[in-house]
This record gives sequence, C-alpha cells and structure tokens, in this order.
Amino acid sequence: MSEKSISRDLYISRIIQACGYSAIIFVLMIFYFLISEGIPTLREVSAQSLFGKIWYPIEGYYGIWPLIAGSLLVTLGATLIAVPIGLATAIFIAEVAPRWLREILKPFVEILAGIPSVVLGFIGLMLMAHYLRVTLDLPTGLTAIAGSILLGFISVPTIVSVAEDALDAVPRSYRDASLALGVTKWQTIWNVTLPAARSGVLTAIMLGIGRTIGETMAVMMVTGNAPVIPNSFASFFAPIRTMTATIAAEMGEVATGSTHYHVLFFIGILLFIITFLVNVTAASVVFRQRKRVERILS
Amino acid sequence: MVNLALAWAEEYQRLNPKINISVTGGGTGTGIAALVNATVDIANASREIKSEEKADAMANGVDPLEFIVAKDAIAIIVHPSNPVIELTLQQISDIYSGKINSWNEIGGENRPIVRLSRETNSGTHVYFLEQVLRLGEKDNKTMFSPDTLLLPSSQGITTEVSDNPNAIGYDGLGYVTRAVKMVAVANSDSNSYILPSSATVNDGTYPIARELYMYTDGQPEGIIQDYIIWLFSPGAQEIVDNMGFVPILSQ
Repeated sequence: MSEKSISRDLYISRIIQACGYSAIIFVLMIFYFLISEGIPTLREVSAQSLFGKIWYPIEGYYGIWPLIAGSLLVTLGATLIAVPIGLATAIFIAEVAPRWLREILKPFVEILAGIPSVVLGFIGLMLMAHYLRVTLDLPTGLTAIAGSILLGFISVPTIVSVAEDALDAVPRSYRDASLALGVTKWQTIWNVTLPAARSGVLTAIMLGIGRTIGETMAVMMVTGNAPVIPNSFASFFAPIRTMTATIAAEMGEVATGSTHYHVLFFIGILLFIITFLVNVTAASVVFRQRKRVERILS
Repeated sequence: MVNLALAWAEEYQRLNPKINISVTGGGTGTGIAALVNATVDIANASREIKSEEKADAMANGVDPLEFIVAKDAIAIIVHPSNPVIELTLQQISDIYSGKINSWNEIGGENRPIVRLSRETNSGTHVYFLEQVLRLGEKDNKTMFSPDTLLLPSSQGITTEVSDNPNAIGYDGLGYVTRAVKMVAVANSDSNSYILPSSATVNDGTYPIARELYMYTDGQPEGIIQDYIIWLFSPGAQEIVDNMGFVPILSQ
C-alpha cells in the first residue's frame, strides 16, 4: 500500500471514530442543556407546589403530578394494547405464516411504522374520537383511551419487527426437537421458541414502551389535554394531559428564562429519566439473559 | 394582536416596497412602555391605555393618541342540535368553572357538559378567563374547571363541537364555521340576549368583545399617517376578517 492510501485510511477511520463518539457527546450536551435550564425550577418553585395537583402555569400553579400520571396512564393503556397485538403478529409472521404471506406482511408492518404520528393523530381526531364517544356512550371521545389506542398502533410496528427478528434467530433445531417429542405447534411456540427468544422479545416490548412515552403530536390531538389526575380505571375514559403534550403546547409562547420555561425543562428532565430507566431495564434484561446462556454453554 | 399587526405590516410593505415596518411582540404593556420611552412610532394594544401610563407618557413629553383599528369578539359555540340558544355571562362562567355540569340545568337536554378551551398560551384563553370566567372583576379568582379540555387549535375546537352534542366551546368570531351553532349572550338576566355579528360587535351590544388599539405620539405625520389611514381601508380590514377578528364598519 502506498503512503497516500495509508494516510487516507487513517483519515477515514478517524472520521468514522468521531461520528461514533458524537452520539455520546450529543447525549451529554442535551443532558447538560436540560439540567442547566431545568434545575432552576427547584429554586423557584417549592417542592410542595411542584408536586401539587393543579397545573395552570399562567397563574403560577406548577403541579406536575397530573402530567406524570397522565403520561403513565396513556403509556400503560398503550402497552396493554400493543404488546398482545405486537407479539401475536410477530409470532404469526415468524412461525405460522407461509413464506409468501410473510413477504407481504413484513413490508406492510414497516409501512405502518413509517406513518407520521401527526397523520394518525388527525385520523384519531376526525374519526376515532367520534366512534369512541358514540359506541362507549362517553361525554367526549377525546380521552386517555383514544391516546392509548393511537400510541398502541404507533408502537406495534416497533414491537413486531424487533420481536420477529428475535424469534427468527431461534435455531431451527429447537423447534425440530420439540416437534419430534410429539407436542403441537402451539405448545412449541409457547414453551420453546418464545422462551428461547425471551431477551429479544423483552427488548421489543421495552422499545415499544419507550416509543410510546415520548410520543407527542398524536397524543396532544386526541387526549383532550385536561390536567386531571387519573384516579381509577374509569380515568381511561376521561381526558388527561401528558408531559410531552404540555411541553409541545406551551414551549412556543413561554418567555425564555421565566419560571414556566424552567418548569417545562424540568418536565423534559423527568421524561429523559423515565426513558433512560426504560432503556436501562431493557439492556439489563438482555445482559442478564446472555450471561446465563454463556454459563450453560461453558 | 401581534399576528394582526404582522399581517398588516407585511401587506403594506408588499404594496409599498420602499417602506420598512418592523413589528415586535411582547404584549400590550411592553408596547405602551416602548411608546412612553419613545422607542417606537406605533404601539399596538389590546386594551385601553391606563391613566398611569398616560401620565408617564405626558411626563416624558409623549402625547398618546388613540386609534381603534379592529375589534375582537369571542363567540360561544355548541353543537347544532343543542336546544340551548342563549346564555348569560354568569351561566357561561359557571359552566367553565365547573358549577354547572349538565345541560338540563340551563334548559337543555339531560347530557353532561364537555368544556372546550384553547390552550393557556392563547391570547383568546386569557381574554376569556378575565372577561367571561371572572366576569371582568379584578379580584375574582375563579378558575377553569380542571377537566376543561385544552385544545391546541381553533380547528380542534370546531371539530369537536361540530361532532359532539355535549360540547361547548369558544372561539374568535372570525373562526366560527357553519358546522357549529353560536349562542346568544346577555350581560345579566335583565338584558337582552345578543348573537355575535360584525354589526352587534361594532355597536357594542355583544358583551364578549373588545377593541384593538394603536397609539401614536400626537397626530401622526408622513408615512405613519399614510399607514394608519391605510389600516381603515377595505383591503386592510379584510385582513382583520381573515385573521379571525372583527373589522371596523365604516360609518
């Protein structure tokens, strides 16, 4: 190799290296920015009022509890909807569907993943809110459950594609061995394939939850954005306000450096922490699983 | 009002490319303070100048002259099938504060009331809070019921009201479409109920309306005078209509 091509090689690998590190730098910078803009909240708003029950920032009520509870409620509902549908779809695609059907289904799931959430939100506002109100006889269709259904749809493609990959990676011999023992196909899926792919499936669910909690536009359009604290199962059928919708709706008009501005960033920190915890949980599940497999193999 | 001022400035600059108008926001207080300090030629205001502001201006050698350039009215809207056709301001306040929760308390069907409002960052929200919910009383601390739906756009309010027979909403008069029904509003039980329209806003009988002002330092001259005269032209008042406000009717 000539000297020139060696030095070019060096440059290119340096550039690639820099790109790789940039992710870490960006995360740290975002985190620093959130902290520096959000932490003044703790000085300006007392803890008692910050975790109070009323969110009405233009009069100085900064109770974020309704927002946290609203986000958690919508996410819980979306998870309950998306996990069974997502897993069932993944199992069908990976284990049951004939090859030609699989070739059709997979691209369709990917198209679903590519629909912008604002489009889904628009459909939710124009159609779903109406049908929810009429069929369930609710005062209004703009409710937590409307947000959960939409977010469920948004996170299903994530769950399907990751879980399907995990199921696909389970060695053929596992299924063959199980079937050779005379058990049915369903028993094989439930007792052999799914447990073998458990870490990948859990990652799929965690990624789906992460996608759900951070979603903004669709939720803002269909949940009604009323900062009410959910207190029972019936709250699914009442309006709520999420953390993301609050930031999106209010950040545009807020005066830079005001208490309200700082509180919105503080909500951003909380969101960051929640998604971080979800990701860490997902990663640790995968990590623990791998260690056990390695132990068995050694 | 900053959006209206921006739209006017844009259109005027398109018609007169040599003239450069810059508009900044910040609220009525900011605008009038800038006029008092003589750093602007025109202050836009969505309320009348206060007497103390006027005194400050005089002390600074500035003589504020008032122009009413447009009007702003809020229509109360319900589903077309809703039998309720008229409400007093007190009833609207009680609905939004959560004291009235069923349409049958105010002569409607036995249905729950779903309250719709614009987001808190909207100027319309603040105006509605001060003039309707708190009836224009300074020390009235009535709040929106926490279950009031806060929708990010006029479009969202119109969509939900046109679909939902339980809903009540409010919106700038210019944004109201045929898909919803406007309610006639009265100041108190004794007064008559008035439907909002460009005529009732201009003659001052519709109660939820306000005037939008511009203030200059003394009688304007030159290009400022030309601009203000242009604001009252049909072309400029058409922009008022397009922005959801009520145009001034020429007498």
